Amino acid sequence: MVHERVMEKLAILADAAKYDVSCSSSNSTRKNKDKGLGDASGNGICHAYTEDGRCVSLLKILLTNHCIFDCAYCVSRKSNDIKRAAFTVQEVVDLTIGFYRRNYIEGLFLSSGIFDNPDYTMERLVRIVKKLRLEENFNGYIHLKAIPGASAELLKEAGLYADRLSVNVEMPTEQSLKLLAPDKNHIDVIKPMEYLKNEIVGYKEEKKLNYKAPLFVPAGQSTQMVIGATKENDLEILGMANYFYEKMNMRRVYYSGYVPISYDNRLPAIGTPVPVIRENRLYQADWLIRFYGFNVNEIVGFDQPNLDLDIDPKLGWALRNLEKFPVDINTADLELILRIPGIGVSGAKKIVAARKFKRLQPEDLQKLGIAYSRSKYFLAFASPFQLQRDLTSIQIKDHILNTQNSKYKNDFSNQLSLF
Amino acid sequence: MTQVIYDSTFEGWLTAVFEIYELKFEDVVFAKSEVSNTLLFSERYFVTTDFQKAKRVLKGLKEKLSSQGFANIYKAFLSDIDKIDETLFQYVKYIFSSTVNIEDDLSNAAVLAISKAAYLTGKESHRMKAFVRFKLTKDNLYYAMVEPDCDVLPLIEKHFKHRYADQRWLIYDTKRKYGIYYDLENTTSVQLEFNANSTSSKFLAEISDDNEEFFQNLWRQFFKSVNIESRKNTKLHLQHMPKRYWKNLTEKIPDLNR
Repeated sequence: MVHERVMEKLAILADAAKYDVSCSSSNSTRKNKDKGLGDASGNGICHAYTEDGRCVSLLKILLTNHCIFDCAYCVSRKSNDIKRAAFTVQEVVDLTIGFYRRNYIEGLFLSSGIFDNPDYTMERLVRIVKKLRLEENFNGYIHLKAIPGASAELLKEAGLYADRLSVNVEMPTEQSLKLLAPDKNHIDVIKPMEYLKNEIVGYKEEKKLNYKAPLFVPAGQSTQMVIGATKENDLEILGMANYFYEKMNMRRVYYSGYVPISYDNRLPAIGTPVPVIRENRLYQADWLIRFYGFNVNEIVGFDQPNLDLDIDPKLGWALRNLEKFPVDINTADLELILRIPGIGVSGAKKIVAARKFKRLQPEDLQKLGIAYSRSKYFLAFASPFQLQRDLTSIQIKDHILNTQNSKYKNDFSNQLSLF
Repeated sequence: MTQVIYDSTFEGWLTAVFEIYELKFEDVVFAKSEVSNTLLFSERYFVTTDFQKAKRVLKGLKEKLSSQGFANIYKAFLSDIDKIDETLFQYVKYIFSSTVNIEDDLSNAAVLAISKAAYLTGKESHRMKAFVRFKLTKDNLYYAMVEPDCDVLPLIEKHFKHRYADQRWLIYDTKRKYGIYYDLENTTSVQLEFNANSTSSKFLAEISDDNEEFFQNLWRQFFKSVNIESRKNTKLHLQHMPKRYWKNLTEKIPDLNR
């Protein structure tokens, strides 16, 4: 490799790839084959964390930032005056192997601007994964972008070598996509997703009958929506996410708070803060849907289309449904304990395990690491805690906001100073 | 009170447990043989590590615990938390005194302490799977230095053996002064002699593969480029990458030549 040029390309093409927030490397089943290099069968590993606190698990780069499209929200859009670069196939292979052998990464996340046409771009991406798998005997994790508009044959080939494929929906609604990316349609995104979903299901069935059947996208599909660039509410965003989870067997939907990068007047101006709190609340809601047994309609609805910013969605739900509380953690079902604010999945499981030995008291909960100061308003214990029952939801909210040191406190200082 | 002195290994501690039961010691404190803090009022009892006795204790524990609960005993021992051997003994006594599996009885102090210690070791061994940074030498050895709080090498050995099956590697714990070395067939425990020269940057540069420095710089560049400045969150960064690990993390060590 010509050192200086590769260093410069890496700077440009890693920078251009960083707005794609997915960095997961878990959920695959690929094992080390024939004493080759790497495996991707365990939990994901975050090898480093950037100064913005995000996980670095994969070598996340674009093959090139040359692009024929002009999507307003994207740094690599055609009309943007930036430095352009392109890796060769061999350079990407060498970087991946060199980083992987030094234990810097779990594998490769390869995306690309669309140069020439979708098939031509996709063909290059496939060539890289094939080379890694077949020539280097590389069994680490590979996340590949499925380029919208690429042919089914290429997608299928990509699926045979990659652990995860993703097509980004980018904008939660068709109108926003039309506004910001006139060259794109939602259908171009949905079509490959649907194709991949069906193929994944098909290969899984085959694998059940014949264990030698090849892996096909073992870590499933994911997608990403940009948040805060356009005017969608959380009901629309979570509704779309729910559609992906239910209809597309999507493993993950990522929410990417829009980082202003353009003077385009269709978009928030440069200098507008990244909507990190809203993004955080959306992820919390996403978790409630996937791991806590909540239905999307319980979290947002037409009467309340946006998530509260000052409290998390689970607390919000509890305050709207006070008649469901207090819950007696010594007798309640796990599903109900999971709905108590301040108790997470592992805390709920610990409670159910520990209560077999004795009736749990408030001090036991604190020992288990439960956020008791938050959950106490929703628990039924012998007195004096029963008194809490008579508080209204507004009073409970005030108590919690006043006693807890939220990481977002600064953003809500004007509200807190009221009390 | 009896001071039970063992050789600081897990098998040594298990032998001690066996003999405490065998000899019916009532009130015990544990001490590791290299530590010589003599207790004034106690009898001293020296344990000779006996693998048969250790095995029998393990067998007894296995019958009383789930596989995860069983594994947690070893993990807790490796945590190197102060007096963990004594807490573990309290825990073992509770296990043997009960007719049912008590590992989930987290309102019991010993059970909770062991569960936390095991969690700590588990968390750090996951971290070490992430934070090992191999450097390549001219003779094709990938080596890394680590300095974990818990003695995690025995727990991460298998992971690295599976993953880097086709390269020779060495992971060395500078705090405990031993490492694990993989020779393309097996892993072995090794101890290294260091002299003042062997840690100098000049020496390290001499033994390094020609591309090693370039890759380290590429990694630093990548680490810098993927960061989004307008989302800066130092608290979260430090929570995930505590400063005590930085000295062995390439991306957190500035390159002096640039």
